[in-house]
Amino acid sequence: MYTDQYLALFCAALVVLGLVAFFTARAKAARVRAGGTAMTAQPDQYGWFGVLSTAAPALGVSLVGAMSMLLIGGTIPTAMLLVVSIGVACMGLVGGILMVRPAFHARRAIEAFVRFMLAGAALISILTTLGILVSIISEALRFFQMQGFWDFITGTVWNPGASFLEAAGRGEEGASAAQFGSLPLFAGTFMITAIAMLVAIPIGLLSAIYMSEFAGSRVRGIAKPVLEVLAGIPTVVYGFFAAITVAPLIVTAAQLLGLEADFNNALAPGIVMGIMIIPFISSLSDDVIHSVPDSMRQGALALGLTQGETIRDVVVPAALPGIISASLLAVSRALGETMIVVMAAGMLPNLTANPLDNMTTVTVRIVAALTGDQEFASAETLSAFALGLVLFVVTLTLNLVSVIMIRRFREKYRVNNL
Amino acid sequence: MTHSFDAISAQLRRRHRKTRWLKRLSMGALGLAGLFLVLFFTDMLVKGLPAFKQAQIQVEVDYSEQASRLPLAAVSDAVRPLVSRGYLRLIPSRMRDDPALQGTTRSEWVLADGQVDQYLKGHHSKLSERDTATVNRLQAEGRVELRFNTRFFTSGDSKMPELAGIASAAVGTVLTLMVTLAVAFPIGVMTAIYLEEFAPDNRMTQLVEININNLAAIPSILYGLLGLAIFINVVGVPRSSPLAGGLTLALMTLPVIIISTRTALRSVPDTIRHAGFGVGCSRWQVVRDHVLPLAMPGIMTGAIIGLAQAMGETAPLIIIGMVAFIPDISGSVTDAATVMPAQIFTWGGEPDRAFIEKTSGGILVLLAVLISMNAGAVMLRKRLERRW
Repeated sequence: MYTDQYLALFCAALVVLGLVAFFTARAKAARVRAGGTAMTAQPDQYGWFGVLSTAAPALGVSLVGAMSMLLIGGTIPTAMLLVVSIGVACMGLVGGILMVRPAFHARRAIEAFVRFMLAGAALISILTTLGILVSIISEALRFFQMQGFWDFITGTVWNPGASFLEAAGRGEEGASAAQFGSLPLFAGTFMITAIAMLVAIPIGLLSAIYMSEFAGSRVRGIAKPVLEVLAGIPTVVYGFFAAITVAPLIVTAAQLLGLEADFNNALAPGIVMGIMIIPFISSLSDDVIHSVPDSMRQGALALGLTQGETIRDVVVPAALPGIISASLLAVSRALGETMIVVMAAGMLPNLTANPLDNMTTVTVRIVAALTGDQEFASAETLSAFALGLVLFVVTLTLNLVSVIMIRRFREKYRVNNL
Repeated sequence: MTHSFDAISAQLRRRHRKTRWLKRLSMGALGLAGLFLVLFFTDMLVKGLPAFKQAQIQVEVDYSEQASRLPLAAVSDAVRPLVSRGYLRLIPSRMRDDPALQGTTRSEWVLADGQVDQYLKGHHSKLSERDTATVNRLQAEGRVELRFNTRFFTSGDSKMPELAGIASAAVGTVLTLMVTLAVAFPIGVMTAIYLEEFAPDNRMTQLVEININNLAAIPSILYGLLGLAIFINVVGVPRSSPLAGGLTLALMTLPVIIISTRTALRSVPDTIRHAGFGVGCSRWQVVRDHVLPLAMPGIMTGAIIGLAQAMGETAPLIIIGMVAFIPDISGSVTDAATVMPAQIFTWGGEPDRAFIEKTSGGILVLLAVLISMNAGAVMLRKRLERRW
């Protein structure tokens, strides 16, 4: 028998036992109550309690069994696991029905169980973070055992070329030793992020100012969702747009100016990423500017400031923590953005300050390292996790700072909807 | 203070002019953002709409004995380079399936080669001069046409652009999203209920909250690393399968669903809860019978938006290998599959020009689905949301 069939058999048995438990427990409770004894819960609740006491332990046992097989590699025969689980279910059924007594709080028991399940679900998000941390850190440590940490942080040459030979135990055959200096990657990442911010921050911020200070509520009601369409477009689509439409345009424009641009230049993904990020900045900034108290505007206008001066000297400074927070979130978004750079930026780890040159980024190298047909334990594959670790730390820091900034704004002006 | 009245009014005018400038500038910024959007969609439409048409050519197909062994012999020399090789390759098997074809010669509309298609659409093509002349002649006779490209929606990936379609990627997307929804929706809603209705306000709860907000902002590629290291290397989920992809996307969608569900739960007024407690309901009964049904429209909206986000996500799926070449439509969550954005990614990397058109066509389909999902979510909220 296959696992599928075992699973089907198990589910069928559980459903049957559950139905038996429900109706027996309910009937027993109804009989007791009809006998004139007051009970602490309704018959239906005793019925549901019966179902829980049948199914929950059995599910738990089978889950633990399956997990131990998967994770620890223990060998439990599936048939045995099935029999044991169904046995546990039967015991639960009997126990549950025996517990149907007037003094037993079935509802409270269900309540406790539900609360336990909900809390368990909430733990999954913590487990996800832990999972990300553990998976990245453990593989990154393996990488740092092969390659020095300082070489990784401060090296200026990224040339993993021969690492697969080393992994295969033929290190001396490689013409040159593999080098994992990540500086060129970070330079490329920061260059593209900077270009994106140069596009996104002015446009996003000014759009936000227009929407919240000048435009009527109707324009705002239309413009905001329309801008958010920009954020809903999949990044792979932006990547294609950058590579097929924007990059050739930039090459042509550069030629007109007498400059030479690479088709995989850093400018095209930067600009397109900036366009993608506009709504992140404009939407949050608009919310923040909108929640600056009106009394401040009225005060400024009453002192004789023009509307423009009010915005420049009163509203924007007041909203600054929120605006900075939005920009930091946008930076973290741009640093981790993958598809646009994978499709439109280059593959050459170039340490250069010319945005028209071929540059590569951290995320491009992560994808390149993990889509190659390399042994998982090779230094190049593991380098992806080291880069991922750096990316995780940087974006986490940016997010935390951003959260603190927005909280400060919220507390200062007692705004609740941010 | 020796300012004359005129000087002051001049200064005032100048100050007000600055306001007008700021207004124009900010309006321009918003207009620029809108312009990007328009340019982007126009570009995609111009590039992608032709993908829904495909050249067909009317040729005499000779189902001779020879053709069953050597399919190229089924059509005459002149039109042979103009007919899709993928069509010719199928002739022997069709003859085996349908013996009535044997020995007949029929005039059929068949799929033309990708180069003919590109030529007819006015793009650069690699057709030789002789073939170009033949195409022109056939076109004048009305025997070459651009017709609606059903194959684009019904077939899987192919190395021949005229045969390539999005069906296998679409099915892969549906399977992946089913896994995502099945995992992320219950867990997300349960977490939100716990945090909003049950959790005591202590350190632990705050930690979970901060953590969830952070998860929402972590770069998606890191979820791919998690999926690779844990789901595939440790748990042993098959690589490239919708199961692995769905689980990875589920973890990514989880924060979106949690956050929107919490907002929906919070918008249910406390009076409802108080009324429930007043008649002796337990907390779970209040949540199950009163709060949850009232919050459902908001929860559904959040789930749809989260799914739409997951649907457009590519980076984590590339990491776990969902960029495979999948010519057949897979039917199980453990088989290798690809998804729409990954298909767009692979086509986008093809050097053949005809694939640019296919890519844009795929993008149009994806965007249409995403926009209608988002619009549906907004409509749902408008329809069902109750104002208290």
